[in-house]
Formats: sequence, structure tokens, C-alpha cells
Amino acid sequence: MTQLELIINQTSVTLDVDPATSLLDVLRNEVGLASPRFGCGKEQCGACCVKIDNKLVYACTHSMAEAAGQSITTVEGLGTPENPHPLQQAVMDLNAGQCGFCLSGILVTASKLLDENPAPSRSDVMTALDDHLCRCGAHNRIIDAILRAADKR
Amino acid sequence: MSIPFSLQRNPRLSTWIRFEGDRLIVYTGKVELGQGIKTAVASIAAFELNFPISRIDVVSGNTESGPEEGITAGSMSIETTGAAIRQASAEVRAHLLDRAADRLEADPSALVVKDGLIHNPGTNNSLSFDEILSGGQIDVEATGNPKPRPSDASDTLGTSETPRTARIDLPYKVTGGKAFIQDLQFPHMKHGRVVRGPSINHYPDQTSDLKESLANIVRDGNFIGVIADREDAVRAARQHLNDTISWQLDASHETPNGSDWLRDTDTRLLVVDGTPGDEPIPDVPACNFSATYRKPWHMHGSLSPSAAIAIWQDDHLTVYSHAQGPSLLRDALANALSLNGNQVTVIHTENAGCYGHNGADDAAMDAAKLALHVPGSHILLKWEREDEHRYEPYSPGTLIDVAANIENGRVRYWSADIYSQTHSGRPFGMQGASNLVAAWEQEEAIPRPIPQPGRGNHSGIHRNADPLYQFEDRRIVKHLNRDQRIRTSSTRGLGAFANVFAIESAIDELARLDEIDPVTFRLAHLEDPRAVAVLQRCRALASDYAPRHQDGHHPGRGFAFAQYKNRQTYAALCVFLDVDDETLEVSLEHAIIVADAGRVVDPDGLRNQLEGGFIQSASWSLKESVSFNRYGTTSVDWDSYPILRFSEIPTVNVQLIEDPTSPSLGAGEALHGPTPAAIANAIADATGIRVREVPLNTDSIRRAGLVDHTAR
Repeated sequence: MTQLELIINQTSVTLDVDPATSLLDVLRNEVGLASPRFGCGKEQCGACCVKIDNKLVYACTHSMAEAAGQSITTVEGLGTPENPHPLQQAVMDLNAGQCGFCLSGILVTASKLLDENPAPSRSDVMTALDDHLCRCGAHNRIIDAILRAADKR
Repeated sequence: MSIPFSLQRNPRLSTWIRFEGDRLIVYTGKVELGQGIKTAVASIAAFELNFPISRIDVVSGNTESGPEEGITAGSMSIETTGAAIRQASAEVRAHLLDRAADRLEADPSALVVKDGLIHNPGTNNSLSFDEILSGGQIDVEATGNPKPRPSDASDTLGTSETPRTARIDLPYKVTGGKAFIQDLQFPHMKHGRVVRGPSINHYPDQTSDLKESLANIVRDGNFIGVIADREDAVRAARQHLNDTISWQLDASHETPNGSDWLRDTDTRLLVVDGTPGDEPIPDVPACNFSATYRKPWHMHGSLSPSAAIAIWQDDHLTVYSHAQGPSLLRDALANALSLNGNQVTVIHTENAGCYGHNGADDAAMDAAKLALHVPGSHILLKWEREDEHRYEPYSPGTLIDVAANIENGRVRYWSADIYSQTHSGRPFGMQGASNLVAAWEQEEAIPRPIPQPGRGNHSGIHRNADPLYQFEDRRIVKHLNRDQRIRTSSTRGLGAFANVFAIESAIDELARLDEIDPVTFRLAHLEDPRAVAVLQRCRALASDYAPRHQDGHHPGRGFAFAQYKNRQTYAALCVFLDVDDETLEVSLEHAIIVADAGRVVDPDGLRNQLEGGFIQSASWSLKESVSFNRYGTTSVDWDSYPILRFSEIPTVNVQLIEDPTSPSLGAGEALHGPTPAAIANAIADATGIRVREVPLNTDSIRRAGLVDHTAR
């Protein structure tokens, strides 16, 4: 076990963990965040995506040793139920999901997209989300929600 | 007025509707699978009681409270729990009015119910539900007498709070709330994993030396599990055991090759009016059309591997599970673990969408077995990704031989022989057999049941095998292959995917052979006006759509139609796609869905289900096929089992034909059948090549093009 520091959603946290542990395990089990989700453990589905200093990272394969000292953004850092991020609001407005399991990773990726490209086209959104899987078939609603959030920002 | 079936089985109104302060609790035995059932039942109660949906909570799938409603499957929830909650709410409303009448000094019919108040417009006095009940409940049995509000009593169901009924689960699902089973936490909860071989037919070499590790190893016959306080430790222990154990497979359990072995069965039944029976099976006469259609094995492919939480305490087992049938799972667990039914509680807790019988029940059993070893501790048991891909029961491979006689633009004779495996591998409280993997593995092993041919109307292999078309003579034969070396069970739509693929492809082929427009040809064989209406509307919308044109690509357009189970939602589909001249790659461009689902409870939820069903089935149709070698599946992750991606999603236009006077019809599986056919028909339109096997991809188009090069 080693003392490592993370800045999670702009709050500094010091944790006593094995540096080989995945960032996903630490965020879920040590920090108690629910939004980063385990889907495959192989960088294939995108359910665990978080941002580290504005880069997208698969938390399932990213070790604590790599993440230490860096600034991490999860869905909890985008907005709250009382004060949601425009992306979260748009997903609620359009019922843009079915089971909702894929949404955390997608929202993180979408927030990075909108930071870099405030007025994306439909095709920009589809390309940006291509590393994310949705199994319910809610793709079009999710794309529409991201375009709506871009409009409203 | 008749009482809906589910309400007859659970007649006490307080089983369904309860009041707590200014909130209303609606109980349903159906469970949330991502289809939005909680939102739908909340909006039904909100409409009947004119009550704000924001003050309604829904409790679902708890074997200790609320109605007993079996399994959540077959697009039945709106028709069963929806109908029951509608009637129960209407009766609750009538009781509230009766009780308020005296105190408000008016006849019940003169009172107005709104926002949890009963109001006397004459005196301007009101009473809240809470004041009327003084903390009590309406604990009486349903009579069937009070009538639900007529559907045109309001513009839309639900409330006018938002233009569409907002999903009640999305706010916490998108803000980091505890939404799924993996998010539940209990004090001192331990982590669990199971260790299995390359397939469920493998067993560990008994001489394998299971060395000490950080984890507690649980071994019971061929069942091996590990428990640890920390997740990284339990994962490491599993890895260690995977590396240590050598796995055995009897030659008789090796996975069969290809799919022609499905024909090797003597279990066959004649399907008449959607129901299989024992009547003699006639021979097929000489026909002027014959073709074989094929569907491979598909997986549910839930985005989250299955999981469960179990605790054994005071001789009672409590299991949190995302299984589709909490009460069926309770009985199956009791049976497999030699417990009494009243020693087991199952509480439904959401996981990612399951789309049928996936690993949920098996994970619950795995968790229970580990929990029995550490009394008093909650065990959070998770399957890993490859566990879900390897061990979940697949949707069975299917072969369908179609023969038809066509004369003067009319189908005079239709024959279909359908060869497949069981769609009914679900666990329930059966005696002497079990459908839970760990039950087969444990020391006191319980054998797998031998699949029996389902005899219900449209129940399994024969779901939608009977075309809705008016053919003069028909012969439909269901052939069940009982072999379960490849484990199969229920997936959305059951047999409808393969059957409608075959029927709607063949209809298109027959129309083209006779040079008749395929929609006109269908309409000439349909009498049901609702079927005719969805097809005509779909054709009209399709003719208004201007497809894009790309150099080097052949555009194509294909139609398909089905009424799910010949009694639920009517759906017509038109798919626009193009096929790359060089690579033969198929790109979906646009789809038009026209559906009649009777009385619509939640238009947006219905559209979401129809479009989602189409997209999911398009993924099955274009990309998916479980691959095997003799040791089991080689589709062990998303690279080896690709599914449709965001960049491949077509735009979709969903149009509803509403019939508020007809009962609500289930719609969650209405598009799974028409989708592969509409795509195959569009590929034929684009290339002249008829592809009769799913997946409809470069490989199958090339193979079909080699066989049938005539039309191009």
C-alpha cells in the first residue's frame, strides 16, 4: 500500500492503495463514486471513461500509479441533480437512454467534445462516441441530446 | 367489467397502491430492465388518480411485498401489470371519492380529484388523500366495478408537467446516483468471483491443487468460487486459479460444428393458428418456390456483466438480483440449495439491460453459494466480461425451410419447417432438475432438464411462424433439437426474429418473382385493416423520403411487416441502405417505422422501445454471430463479438397510429422480426443478390452472390 493523491472533481483526496490497482476500482470502491462503470475491463465498451486533465482515459485499465497526482473528472463532477450540466439536462429532457448503463462514459466523452467543439455536427458526435457501446439502441436519442446541449450552452 | 388477470391473482388494492404522507407508492411485480416500466406504471396511476407523477414512487420485483407477477418478458408488462394498475387505481379513486363524499357533503360524482386532493366545487372545500385515509390504506379487494377513466379524458396520459413523460430513473442515472446493483453497499460487504472453464461443459481436474491465496476458496464439487474483502484481491485470486486449474471436457460435450446438426431431431409438431399440436404432419407437395433461411446464435450481450448480492443470516437467504423473474428465481434457488421457499427472499435490483435470460440468475446462484459459506456477510458477486460472453444462454441458431406455390400473384400454399433449439431455459422451481449452472456443478448436482417443445400459442420456436397473410393452405412444422451442448434460452422476440426474417424475405422474393411491388403484394394478402394501415402509411412515408446518393454505392430500399405474436403491436418497417460496389459493405441510412400499439400509455417510451428494438435487431442482423470451436465459444469480448456502433446508426422516423379505444399492446419486441427482413430486402433491391443468412454482411452477400448471380 502506498499513499497516493488524486484530484477528483476538483477535490484533493489522499488514498492508501496498491499502485497497481485500477483507477476504476479506486474511484468506485475507495472514493465511493458510482458513475464510472465496469463494462469489459478491456477498453472495448467505454462505460468506465473518465477525463484526466482533459484527456479521455479508460479507468478500468488505467493504474493508480499512472493516475497519481492528476486531476480527474467524472460524471459527478459535471453537475448534480439540482444543478445539472447541460448534457445531463439534455439527456433527461429527451429521455435519451433506456437502461442508462452506458451513459456515464458517454457523458464524459461528450463533455470533452463540447469543450473542444462547441457546435458539433451530427457526424462529429457519432465519430466522438464511436468507442462507446450502447446495447439498448438509444443511440439516436443520445446523439440528439448532445446536439441539444451544444445548442443550449 | 372484467378484472385484469394480474389483479385477479393479486386482488387486494393495497398490494398495488399505498399512501405514505403526500406520496403514492405503486407496486408492480414486473421489473425495470431499462424499458421504462417504472415510468410507465407511474404514469398510468398518475393518470387514473390525476396525481402528480413527481410524488409517485414505484417498488418493483420484491418477493416480500407487492403483487406476484412472474416474469418480465414477452412485451407483456403494459398488458398485464399496466392493465392491473389501471384498474386498481380506478378502484382506489372510487373508494377515495366514497370516503370523501360525506365529509365534503356531496355526491361522489360531483367531486373532482386533482393533485392528491378531492375537491367539492360547490363549497370550494377540499380534502387530501392523506386526510381522507388518516394514515390508513385501502385494504379491500378489487371488484371490477369502477371503470378506468376513458382514454380521451386528457390529451396525454400521465400529467401535463412535461410534454413527454420524463423517465423517473434518468435523473439519478446521469448524475452519479446509486442506480445499479454494483452500486449497492453494505457494511463489511465482501467481494466474490467464480472460476469456470472455457465453457459450462468443462469441469476442473479433481487433482488441481488450489493453492492458498489472499482469498477464501469455496469448492463444492465442480463449483469453484473465491471470496475476499477487497475487489483487487478477489480478482487476483480468480486469475491465480484460472492459471492453476486444468479444465476437462468429455468428447460427448464438445461443441457441434456448424448448424446443420439442428436438423437431426425427431421432435416435431404441426403448428396450427400459432399453436403446436400432435396432428399428423402432411408432406410438402411440389412447389414453385423453395428457400432456406438461417440465423446464427446470438448473445444478449448485456453491457454490464451479471452480478448479485447475497447474504445468509438467521437461516434466511436474501438475494439482490437483476433476474427477470424474482419469484421464479426464489423457487429455483430454494430447490437448488435445498432450502424452503420461505427461507429465500429475492429483491430485484437493476443492472444494465438484459434483453432476455442472460447470466443474472446464474450470478444470483453463484452469490448464494458463496454467501452460505460466510454467514452474516453480504457477498457482492460479479461476473467478468468473458464470463457473460461464455456462459450466458444464447439465442438459438435456426434453420427455416420455406416452400410456396404462387399462382397469378397469389400465394396458394405455404410451408415452413423450422429447426432450432429451446427458447425456454429459464430457472424456476422445477423438481429434480435445475437451469442454474452452479446447480449442475455442485457436489449434490442437480441435472439439467431435457428441453420440452413449448405448446403455447406463439410461445417459442414457433413465435410468429404463422404468417398473418391470407394464404389458402399452409403447413408449419416446428422441429425442436434438444441438444444443449450450446446452451440456449430466451432472447427478445424468441422465434420471431428468425421466423419473420424468413416470412418477410420469402414474401419479397415471391413478389419480385412475379414482378409485383412487394408492398402491393403484401396488401393483397392482408385482411386486417390495422395491418393494412401501418403498411400503407409506411409506404407513403417511404415514397416521400429522398435517399442520399453516393458514387460507388448501390442504394436499396426494403420493407417488412409483422404483428408481434399475431396479437400484439402491428409494425411496418422500411429500411434505406447502400451497399459499397467494391467491398459489399452495407451502410444503413434511414429507417421508417409505423406502429399501431393500441392505446398508448407513454408515446415517447413507446417510440424509444420501437426504435431501440430496431437498432438492436439491426445489430443482430448485420454484425452478430457467436463463433465456436469444439471447446466452446470463441466470442469472449466485444472485439470477438462486434455490435453496431454509433458511427453506423441510421436516422429513424417512428410514427404511431394510435387507437385509444383498443387495449394497449406490448411493443418491446415488435421490430426485432421485421428488421433482418427489411435489411435483406433492401440489399436485394440494391444488388440483386438475395441473402438468406444472418448476419447480412460482406461475407454472406459474397457467398449468396456466387450462388445466385442471375438477377444482377
